[in-house]
Amino acid sequence: MWREWLPFWHPGVSPHGDDTDLLFAGLLFISALVLGLLFFLLALFCVRYRASNLADRGDRIRKSWHWEVSWTAASFVGFLGLFVWGAVIYFEIFRTPPDELTVFVVAKQWMWKVQHAGGQSEINVLHIPVSRPIRLVMASQDVIHSFFIPALRLKHDVVPGRYQDLEITADKPGRYHLFCAEYCGTEHSGMTGEIVVMEAADFAAWLAQQMPSNSLAQEGGALFRELGCSGCHGGGSKVHAPPLEGLYGNLVPLADGSFVTADDKYIRDSILLPRSQIAAGYEPLMPSFEGKVSEDQLLRLVAYIKSIGGQQP
Amino acid sequence: MNEDNYLNAGYSLRSWFFTTDHKRIAILYFASLIFFFFVGGAAATAIRIELATPQADLVSSDMYNRLFTMHGIIMVWFFLIPSIPNTLGNFIVPLMIGARDLAFPRLNLLSWYLFMLGGAVTLFAILAGGVDTGWTFYTPFSTLYSNSYVVAAVMGVFIAGFSSILTGLNFIITIHRLRAPGLTWYRLPLFLWSLYATSVILVLATPVLAMTLVLIAVERVLGVGIFDPKIGGDPLLFQHLFWFYSHPAVYIMILPGMGVINELVSCFSRKQVFGYKFVAWASMAIAAVGFLVWGHHMFVSGQSLLASLVFSFMSFIVAVPSAIKVFNWTATLHKGSIHFDAPMLYALAFIGLFTIGGLTGLFLACLAFDVHATDTYFVVAHFHYIMVGGMVTAYFGGLHYWWPKITGRLYPEYWARAAAVLIFFGFNLTFFPQFVLGAEGMPRRYHVYPPEFQVWNVLSSGGAVILAIAYLMPMFYLGYSLFFGRRATANPWNAPGLEWQTPSPPPEHNFDTQPVVTRAPYQYSPDFKAEPQNA
Repeated sequence: MWREWLPFWHPGVSPHGDDTDLLFAGLLFISALVLGLLFFLLALFCVRYRASNLADRGDRIRKSWHWEVSWTAASFVGFLGLFVWGAVIYFEIFRTPPDELTVFVVAKQWMWKVQHAGGQSEINVLHIPVSRPIRLVMASQDVIHSFFIPALRLKHDVVPGRYQDLEITADKPGRYHLFCAEYCGTEHSGMTGEIVVMEAADFAAWLAQQMPSNSLAQEGGALFRELGCSGCHGGGSKVHAPPLEGLYGNLVPLADGSFVTADDKYIRDSILLPRSQIAAGYEPLMPSFEGKVSEDQLLRLVAYIKSIGGQQP
Repeated sequence: MNEDNYLNAGYSLRSWFFTTDHKRIAILYFASLIFFFFVGGAAATAIRIELATPQADLVSSDMYNRLFTMHGIIMVWFFLIPSIPNTLGNFIVPLMIGARDLAFPRLNLLSWYLFMLGGAVTLFAILAGGVDTGWTFYTPFSTLYSNSYVVAAVMGVFIAGFSSILTGLNFIITIHRLRAPGLTWYRLPLFLWSLYATSVILVLATPVLAMTLVLIAVERVLGVGIFDPKIGGDPLLFQHLFWFYSHPAVYIMILPGMGVINELVSCFSRKQVFGYKFVAWASMAIAAVGFLVWGHHMFVSGQSLLASLVFSFMSFIVAVPSAIKVFNWTATLHKGSIHFDAPMLYALAFIGLFTIGGLTGLFLACLAFDVHATDTYFVVAHFHYIMVGGMVTAYFGGLHYWWPKITGRLYPEYWARAAAVLIFFGFNLTFFPQFVLGAEGMPRRYHVYPPEFQVWNVLSSGGAVILAIAYLMPMFYLGYSLFFGRRATANPWNAPGLEWQTPSPPPEHNFDTQPVVTRAPYQYSPDFKAEPQNA
């Protein structure tokens, strides 16, 4: 109900949207108090102590330190409270997303390319089911972009050279703005789109309606052979390369004695920078695919390797 | 003006362009800054006119991007950073401490030449075809993808940076070494404390900017992988380096303004500044803590959540000394004898606008809200309240206050008050709607925008027109007063500072006899008298 006091403010539709809105209202309230007090005092002093007014000016405050200590302490305590409030919600927003429904987003000058796991792809539109946490895996093909959905009170930069996980949940069906919030060149302000939030049944129908020829993983499998990956990582290969079946999501022992979880980031890095993390017991033979595969192809390869994660090597 | 002063000491071009007199160098800076202010302001006006409608109608997207980049680069490096230190500071610092000149007069002149060279190179980049990276030069866009004159622009800023470093160095040494006998640190007017804090930042932070800009040029020209991941670099490294300079630079841009406000509030309420030592050390605290908050520009960039937590905390801490200052200015008014001359109107406007800017800074320091508001118009509104509502207002206030000292003429009070009021209204109408736009989610640096944002954009553009007219007004009445204004006495405000104890305009050598300071600053009394610091 407090939102009715903010007529220009469309309510957030994500689980933490309410929290962020409440935080905003709290910040506004505290600011209004501080500003109100300040303006009241400024006006009061300016009127009462204007030069032409014969107000009492005797007995001025000479010792100031207890005033100083009081307002310093009051500011500090107030700020500390706001800091904690904002931090708690922040950690809620950027918690590690559950790995249930993954959608890949590739940002490039000047469009958002969306790849659903089933192979459905869309440009500048993202269809998602309502009230279900979605894990976005975002990559940039060129410069830094920023994935911003005001209605979800959510934004994250998409920095080239790495995958960015982000959990998004929308609690109300509808169409919402998607903006690129990080300046990215000529058509920056044209790099906008829509989030379409649908009821679960409608979403399933929409997915089916798209009728992609192949799933993302199948396309990845084709690429896997096309790029020659299967020559070394495939079953009957003579090259001593680690098998990739059953890899995804498990711990990989590295040559330096440490362990790393084989997640999307690890797989992407292993394709582009194979020498940065070498699996224990293998020679660093693999060439880098940096510059040879696009982000679109990379995410298909990741989807393929993920799809064979349940198989036995 | 019959007696000898710095203005009639010589009329040749040589006597201006090879002068080592801090007062003449201040005038050189002043003329250059008027030029840059109107170049940057013209870009801002074009931007606001374009944004009056949601679609593109005045300029192309490429042109729009060049306009806001030019606006940012010119206003930050060629107006705000040198504004108060290099004009008012250059003129007033030696007078305030009872010195003949700055510690290194020739270095001071060199700093102006470097500034002009940097400005010329930057203007070349703009005229040759422009720069479209934004004033932040984010990589890898600036190093690999932008087809504009990035290298020329960063070199211009690089050169101007050395001008900042020299000025900072000069002020630090001057304040340490050239104070008049009896002028102890706690007898320094607070304007000097804030310029000292500013100078420390100038000297420590600017070299980092210089290195960062060189790295951009190295990657762009030589293809060495530093910031671009395609060739092995890290784009976030650039943001860390850039904001390590550019956040402290924000304090370079506001601390001198705060310093001016101390002088104005105290003079026009005829009362010493409340809590002198707290205000003095608040400046130093801002300068110190200001170095530890840069990561608050990167809460959604992908830096670790823990780093964001620490930077958010430090950002709240750095707001405490600013709050202390606002409270102290307000307390200074209590039981004062307040005169509403134009400088005081600017000072009161500063307190209000700076407080709004500061409070909205807390919104952005607050992690969860920043996730929504960063890179939107909320940020644009916030920093314009600090930079324009704060610094530019303080600059105009200080300019009117010291105008009689600098020129030996009085400005027309009626017009000055009218301009101050108009600037205040124009400013709020321009930038308050941008808070609403940002809260509703309109991203910054957008050439075209969804139609639902138009109402607030129209208000903002209307305000910008009023603001532009208001900023032009002082050009006319101050220009008029240069030739036709009434002669100023040595001390028209009856102020106690040393700069008022010498004729207006001051003689070339500043003081006929070395002033000896015997008391604390700001010894005003309600009956429009004051005890000079050197009586």
